[in-house]
Amino acid sequence: MIEIKGVHKSFGDLEVLKGIDLDVKKGEVVSIIGASGSGKSTLLYCINAIEAINGGQILVDGVDVHDKNTDKNQLRQNLGMVFQQWNSFPHLTVLENAALAPQVVKGFSKEKAEEIATKELTHVGLGDKLHEYPTKMSGGQQQRLAIARALAMDPPYMLFDEVTSALDPELVGEVLDTLRLLRDDGMTMICVTHEIAFAKEVSDKVAFFHKGLIEEMGTPQQVLENPQKERTKQFLSKVL
Amino acid sequence: MDSYNFHWNVVWDAFPQLLSGAFTTLHVSVLSMLVGIVAAVFLALGKMSNSKILSFLSSVWIELSRNTPALFLIYMAYFGLGAYGIHLSPYLSVFAALVFVNGGYLAETFRGGFQSIPPTQYNAARSLGMNRIQAYRHIILPQMFRRIYHPMTNQFIWSILMSSLGILVGMNDLSGETQRLQSSSFRTLEFFIVAAAMYYVIAKLVLFAAHLVSKRVFKGELS
Repeated sequence: MIEIKGVHKSFGDLEVLKGIDLDVKKGEVVSIIGASGSGKSTLLYCINAIEAINGGQILVDGVDVHDKNTDKNQLRQNLGMVFQQWNSFPHLTVLENAALAPQVVKGFSKEKAEEIATKELTHVGLGDKLHEYPTKMSGGQQQRLAIARALAMDPPYMLFDEVTSALDPELVGEVLDTLRLLRDDGMTMICVTHEIAFAKEVSDKVAFFHKGLIEEMGTPQQVLENPQKERTKQFLSKVL
Repeated sequence: MDSYNFHWNVVWDAFPQLLSGAFTTLHVSVLSMLVGIVAAVFLALGKMSNSKILSFLSSVWIELSRNTPALFLIYMAYFGLGAYGIHLSPYLSVFAALVFVNGGYLAETFRGGFQSIPPTQYNAARSLGMNRIQAYRHIILPQMFRRIYHPMTNQFIWSILMSSLGILVGMNDLSGETQRLQSSSFRTLEFFIVAAAMYYVIAKLVLFAAHLVSKRVFKGELS
């Protein structure tokens, strides 16, 4: 379970998160929507400790993420993260991209790491691309590679940071299909997304962020179909 | 005007000495390059680091090495340190000066290389659970070296040619041997023509070796 309690985060004078409370239970899919600059992505960066926080607490399975004594490298193994820019490693083949972390972080043998990587890559539909270099592939394929690469570490949680925003429209579908696949596998996921229809379809819970606060949170039906707050209505009327 | 009569057999007889000098040249430039590369990685990271002290010390090394003549540095290593009772051999003086200069010049090249890699590559590596060193070792350094590989080979050639300054502190490199042989035989032109040709061959050999290494090491394409 991920517990986010009263999290504050500032960049200099700019307060990006102003007290976020959010719980994500095992097996839940939580979507975070909201305008650019509302702090959605920052929250993900705080959850896996890429960014420090200025107040509050984040617990992952009871472990305080921002405690000085927490082994961040150990912690991140539990939090697979996929970025808007897919960040495939251009000097490594598709297989090497996915096998690297199991090998160097978990200390698996090359054979075992490649076996795991092959399994995950096949799962996301890249089984025939193992020995290609990512720069030869489309954005959608590279984003699926990024997902498989994170899955190869076998994390109980996955964080998705606007993973379809940088894709050409015709490539969005294949990445969303991959996310549906993970949802069906029972993966616990936090998705920062602009794909409202997708959020409605896959989420157990939707949180609408506005200026560093959660303005409205509930089931997709509550937040997306029957929003109570004026700002939620305004936002949805613009994006739908 | 009398025409100059070339006597190549003198050079031919002395060829073993020239070869031995060429070997010293290759030796000191390859070694100073390899150590310089290691130094440059730390200097570049030092200059980019948040620590003011590290950044300052790296900057001092980089600035001194880039803005003073290599000749002075060799003199300082040989005669300057000698004044403090530290007596370096001609070879070690040249080696130390070349490491200093290679390190400083390459540090700036490497820094550019590091900065050309999107910071998100580092974040992606860390998000997979890699620690700082693993992220640099497996993700950042391989891409950095690939980006700066050709400028780096230029520095390598520079290193070979500048090692000839060792002549001034009596190193037995290709220039040193050439100088010694021509002054005892008076076949100046012959010896320097052959020595120049040998420098050319050494430089080309190093470039060729670098090319082979790059083909073997660098796979895929950079984004």
